[in-house]
Amino acid sequence: MTTVRISDDALALACGADAVAAEFAQRGCTVERVSSWGMHWLEPLVEIDGLGFGAATAADVPAILDGTSAKGIGPIAAHPFIARQQRLTFARAGKTRPLSQDDYARTGGWAGLRRAQSLPKAKIIEEVIASGLRGRGGAGFPAGIKWRTVAEAPGAKKYVVCNADEGDSGTFADRMLMEGDPFALIEGMAIAGLAVGARKGFIYVRSEYPHAIARLRAAIAACPWVFAPFEIEVRVGAGAYVCGEETSLLNSLEGKRGEVRAKPPLPAVEGLFGCPTVVNNVLTLAAVPHILAEGGSAAYGELGFARSKGTMPIQLAGNIKHGGLFEAAFGVTLRELVYDIGGGTASGRTVKAVQVGGPLGAYIHPDQFDIAFDYEAYTGADALIGHGGIVVFDDTTDMGAMARFAFEFCAAESCGKCTPCRIGAVRGVELIDRIRSGGRGPDSVEALPQMHNAPKDGRSREGHLTLLEDLCETMQFGSLCALGGFTPYPVRSALKHWPEDFR
Amino acid sequence: MMSRAERLAKICADHAPIEGPLLPILHAVQAEFACVDAEAERAIAHALNLSRADVHGVVSFYHDFGAEPDPRPIVQLCRAEACQARGVEALVPAAEAAAGDRVRLSTVYCLGLCSVGPSARVGDRLHARLDEAALVALVRSA
Repeated sequence: MTTVRISDDALALACGADAVAAEFAQRGCTVERVSSWGMHWLEPLVEIDGLGFGAATAADVPAILDGTSAKGIGPIAAHPFIARQQRLTFARAGKTRPLSQDDYARTGGWAGLRRAQSLPKAKIIEEVIASGLRGRGGAGFPAGIKWRTVAEAPGAKKYVVCNADEGDSGTFADRMLMEGDPFALIEGMAIAGLAVGARKGFIYVRSEYPHAIARLRAAIAACPWVFAPFEIEVRVGAGAYVCGEETSLLNSLEGKRGEVRAKPPLPAVEGLFGCPTVVNNVLTLAAVPHILAEGGSAAYGELGFARSKGTMPIQLAGNIKHGGLFEAAFGVTLRELVYDIGGGTASGRTVKAVQVGGPLGAYIHPDQFDIAFDYEAYTGADALIGHGGIVVFDDTTDMGAMARFAFEFCAAESCGKCTPCRIGAVRGVELIDRIRSGGRGPDSVEALPQMHNAPKDGRSREGHLTLLEDLCETMQFGSLCALGGFTPYPVRSALKHWPEDFR
Repeated sequence: MMSRAERLAKICADHAPIEGPLLPILHAVQAEFACVDAEAERAIAHALNLSRADVHGVVSFYHDFGAEPDPRPIVQLCRAEACQARGVEALVPAAEAAAGDRVRLSTVYCLGLCSVGPSARVGDRLHARLDEAALVALVRSA
């Protein structure tokens, strides 16, 4: 009997994987539901004896079975999109059934945790520091240093919190990992718990990810004895983008408004319920089992570029021909990612801009595409890697509208705690509208006789541009967190590279 | 059959032992009654020994909780950058026309399907690669 492997990842389901799977089952095939390979333009991707067919529909099933299908892509593992990658965090993608403990153990699962259980705390932390692993949530802070701070902080009770509030548009690696390899995240959290002396862990997942929530809960319930006495609980967000910011996430877990806290104190010292807390992104924690396996730390540290060690799961999204998950060592250029790997735009038109790092990331012009994927290189170019999402836009995009949207998004999602973000975002939308309409005429309040210092003849377009620059500076340096602080990145970059779109 | 007050009290009691119970309680109340209204806020505040203002502050902060029940079916359409890059904005007028007053067409910022947008969510079912015809059909069938 033929065994057919089809993903049951949320994206494959959204593209109709269930109907394809049902058709194969109807024809007597054994259907295995596995994680997604990450070649999203080919989903639903059908795998039979290592050969791939995609994007498949139920109508394609007879042709696939009798070998006449034109949708064959040959051996999946040898496909250029897969062969060019260095998959560590996503080593199991496409290859295992997400909730199968046999599959997990057979592919090296739990080896890192078992080794960590035999090591002293300090040694675990030392290995994570030596690997050079940096937080994958966006800030890129060295994970081992954070763990050491928590381990050394005084306090009888400590927590491990996994930030799975993946709200950035253009990112889906956390979702893929939670749905496709949930035990890896659990193992990483258990190791973090051992290292810092925490007994309890929370995974805070956004409510927009119902499949990931169900998958994680099932995975935790399937093997609590493996990571005992550590306990893990899944908590669900409630639609607030700002809860991806770590202090706001902690407030939300505590049952408060998801407002940002001022730092210091750092969460590592005073975090959840005032206790020392490790807050790490899904990808950071999922990279840990590999690092803790025998020789893993050194192997991880050898990969990468300058101070960005290891691999980064890069997410190719938006108007791109070959979108999906591309995990590679740091240092790959944007040109390779967008053209060689991504195949250019899905619409077939010219690439106009690429936004890297989510809604708060800069828009990058094709002239800058030689920039290497590296935390410091991006910072040097007034941009950020963020969570590794890359959104491609074609030449029909109005960059003035995108800059306006950045402010609109910030206004909708601001937690309201600090003024630059709460008020600045709203004023930003108004400013961009006035810049695009060429300035404004005299204002009735300004014209009042008692308004001695106010300009009497309105404000020109140039005057508004100056004001916008002033607003961006205030938001960047005056906001409490990255939401207000980074919103100027997309705005300024759009204005700098595409000034014609602001006319 | 339990009364509404009893059901509220049971939800609060079921979640009482967990750490930071407020958000899980609000999710349960929203799922049970399709809203978190003033009566629910009062009951929750009483159960958790919080002020009503505290609870209301939390309820009103999050997009997922509503103060009044909305009987309409909900279609969540992603209108974040990646779906914009794939042309979602051009589909909105037709979707709004199809929704009319019968369907609540709400905006969501990102469903994590950024490489196969435009995408939408109805209940726990996701839909990707939507064009105008597919989205209109989805709204009509909601």
